[in-house]
Parts: sequence; C-alpha cells; structure tokens
Amino acid sequence: MDKQRVKFSFEGDQVKDPIIYQLGRNFHIVTNIRRAEVQENLGWVILELDGEKEEIERGLQWVSSTGVRVDPLSGDVIEG
Amino acid sequence: MAFLNGLKCRECGREYPAEPLNVCDFCFGPLEVVYDYATISEVVSRDRISQGPLSIWRYADLLPVDSEEPVDIMAGYTPLIKAKNLGKRLGLNNLYLKNDSVNPSFSFKDRVVSVAATKAVEFGFDTLACASTGNLACSVAAHAARAGIRSIVFIPSDLERGKVIGAAIYGPTLVAVDGTYDEVNRLCSEIGDNYPWAFVNINMRPYYAEGSKTLGYEVAEQLGWRLPDHVVIPSASGAMFTKIWKGFNELACLGLLEGVDAISFGPDQNTAHHPAVTTRMHMTQAAGCSPIATAWQNGQTHVRPVRPNSIAKSLAIGNPADGIYALRVLEESGGSAQIVPEDRVVDGIKLLAETEGIFTETAGGVVMSGLQHLAESGAFGKDELVVVYITGNGLKTQEAVEEVVNPLSIRPTLSSFEEALQGRPLAIR
Ligand SMILES: Cc1ncc(COP(=O)(O)O)c(C=O)c1O
Ligand SMILES: [Zn+2]
Repeated sequence: MDKQRVKFSFEGDQVKDPIIYQLGRNFHIVTNIRRAEVQENLGWVILELDGEKEEIERGLQWVSSTGVRVDPLSGDVIEG
Repeated sequence: MAFLNGLKCRECGREYPAEPLNVCDFCFGPLEVVYDYATISEVVSRDRISQGPLSIWRYADLLPVDSEEPVDIMAGYTPLIKAKNLGKRLGLNNLYLKNDSVNPSFSFKDRVVSVAATKAVEFGFDTLACASTGNLACSVAAHAARAGIRSIVFIPSDLERGKVIGAAIYGPTLVAVDGTYDEVNRLCSEIGDNYPWAFVNINMRPYYAEGSKTLGYEVAEQLGWRLPDHVVIPSASGAMFTKIWKGFNELACLGLLEGVDAISFGPDQNTAHHPAVTTRMHMTQAAGCSPIATAWQNGQTHVRPVRPNSIAKSLAIGNPADGIYALRVLEESGGSAQIVPEDRVVDGIKLLAETEGIFTETAGGVVMSGLQHLAESGAFGKDELVVVYITGNGLKTQEAVEEVVNPLSIRPTLSSFEEALQGRPLAIR
C-alpha cells in the first residue's frame, strides 16, 4: 500500500463534478480530504490517497484526463 | 545563536519540534519556524550585527540555526548601489540596486542554501539535494562541497550547457531527468519524500526559506537602519518576496530600525506587521509564468497553477508554494504585482547593463522591466527611496542576449579600422 498527497485544482463547471467521489468509487483508492477551498468557479482540494501505487497512478491519470489539474502538495519543488 | 522554538503550521497552528519537516501531518499546510523573540531581543543589537562576519551570518541571531560554524561560502553582504544613471532615465532621485548577482555562486540562492546546508549538517545529514533548472543547483553543489558532504542535483535533461557546468564543477551527483517539467517535478517531489537526504526546498524548506530574510536586513542596514519606501522584486515561488517583508517587520518589532519602537510580535509571528513598516512591496513576474501576479490582478485569493513557458527560466514555477502568502503581503503592504511581457525581458537586462554596468540574468531583466513600467506609470514619488533586487548573474543566461554580440570586423590594418569606424560616434573627424 502507498500513500500520496496531492492537490487538485478545479475551474468553471469542474467545481460541480463529483471527481473525488468517482475517484474513490472507480478505483481502489481511499480518499482523505485535509483542506479545501471552493469559490464560485474556482477551487482546490488537498487530499491524501491511500492504495496500491499503480492504482493511485491510474486514478490520478483519470483525474488529469477530466481536465482537473493534479499537483504535488507543497507547490513545485523544481526551482530556478 | 539557537533562538529557535520549533516549527508551526501556517494553516492550523499545530506545533512541531525543530526537525527536518515541511508539512503539517494534520492539514498538510506548510510549516514555518518559530523563534524565541523574547531572548533574541535581549541579545541582538545593531552593534552586535555590525561586528559580525561580512556575510549573511552577521544576522545569525535571527536565523534558525544552532551551529557556531555555519556552512559559509560568504553568501550575502552584497553591494547596495545608488543608481544615478538609471534613476535619471526613470525620473527617480533615490533609486538603489541591491546587487545580489555577485554572490559566490552568482545568485541570491546562496543565502537560502547556506542556511539549509548549515541546518542539514546540524541534523546529521550526509547528502544535500535539490531539483533545479540553474541557480539552486549551483548553490547546493557549492555549499555541499564547502561542508564536505555529498550532493545530488536533479536537472531537466534539456538544461543549457552553461548552467549544467556551473553546477557540475563542484562535484555533485548530477541526475538529468528526461521528461516534461511536470514529470520532473513529480518525480523529485516523490524522491524528496522517500530518500534520507536533506532536500533543501522540501524537508529543509522551513529553514531554507528564512535565508531570504537577510535580503531585507541588509538593505535596511545599508540604508542606515531605515526601510525603503518601495521595493521591486522578481518572484517564482513567492518565498523571497514574503521573507523580505518578514525581515523588515522583524527589525521593526525588535526595535532595530532608526526611530522605531519595539513592539510585540503578537500571536502569529509569521504575519507580524509593525505599523512603522510602510514599504510597498512590488512583485514582478514574466508573462510566460505569472500565476501570482495574475491572481493579484484578478483580485483572487488563491493562485491558479500554470504551465510555465518563459524566457525567465529561474522564475518559472507554475505552482508557487508561497503564492497565497505573497498575495497577502501584496495586500498588506499596499504593493502591486507586475506582469512583464516576454519581449521586454531582454530589454530590461540591457537597460541595467547599459546604465549601471551590471550584467544580470533574465530574472533581473524581469525586475528591471517591471521597475520601468512602475516608474512610467507614476507608482513612485520622484524623491521616494526605491530598492530593486537584482538576484542573479547574466553569465548564467548568456544565450538570452547573444544578439548583442555584433563586433566591427576588420583586417589588421589601420585603414580597415578607420573604415569600420566611419559614421560611428567614436570616429575621429
Ligand atoms: C535569480 C532568481 N531570482 C528570483 C527567484 C525567485 O525566488 P522565489 O522562488 O523565492 O520567489 C529565483 C528562484 O527561483 C531566482 O533564481
Ligand atoms: Zn496544519
């Protein structure tokens, strides 16, 4: 089992889509939300994913394919 | 030294011991250092600082380290220059340049890495690591060499030769990752979580970031313990921007500024604001990667990540860790955030070189063009004191300005020379 901490960023109508619900339902991943902020047409969620490494990978690929942005938790680590 | 109480979550306030940690276990918020300012205020003084070493370590009392022997390649104590020519050009009588391009590894990163490396040695790490497209890589490898520990530096495989050499010369393990920006970023973030190394901007980040406060301290000290009316700063993660502001406010709260009374830091040290600190903080980002400045201009309280595509590679952070905190500083200081068009970056580099004899990299081009725009739009009073931070050296991004090389080509004869000079200002008539 593996844990991964990620940040999802939503825009526009994506805010209304039950992405996290579907992620937990369609993949063998337990989702655990730690912090979130949602405004009218903009939002982000910081969460921990628990599952097999490959399953998390697949799940995140699916999230990205919906147009939701997936980022490492604490911002970009590659610096100038 | 050693006036550090521990770490504290910026979001939920939970406290942690001073360990190699950067994220709150509970809410995943970023951790920040907490100081014992009561003791610091008994020890620190302008005199004590002025007798310290000519590096950032003159401010050791205000940095999160215990060690009496920091990992020091003499970062900091860089010149603050009155820019008369440039000032005249822009209609500013009190324009100053903080020339941080002359640091030992040629960027301000030496300040943050010197603190991170010192802390890493204190914690007993034997390896210093980072992921970088340039300046950070050079600084990490240089400080590890000085500390006598190993370094491992991850770089994108398409990085320019000059930057690769600038890091490789110090003998790190260089890992060139073949992948997109996002892939390199994700991999390094994962490695940072899984290997027992001091990753300067991951598990060392709370300590590392504090090093940038010295950019605030030094300017204040060099101005005779006064603060500027305006500062203009290039931003990527936004960390330096927030830390310069923190540095100004620490000096004020500790009573170290001329004519300013000490006050308590209040319940949240990291957001303390002394009313005497009235410096307006101006941020500059290049159009190809301006997530913070865009959020500011749109009046948003959070920062939408972007895919960077900018000539200013040292500022190309699409998902800035300190973006929202930088927005708060912009707000609190009455500052502004400038988006500099990509085609103005090189103009900025040339403007600084031609007026003041300083060759800066693309980040400096961004800040210079941002300054010019601010001046032209009337953001400054003509006698106000404006400080511009020049944070990196032009030798690192030479390819950006290759067009300037346009020599008069002659044969080795006087007549050929005189012919070439025809019609030029230098010609003797
Ligand atoms: C030369 C230069 N200036 C400015 C910055 C921005 O620093 P920060 O990420 O703290 O905003 C960087 C680094 O990323 C840099 O290399
Ligand atoms: Zn927390």
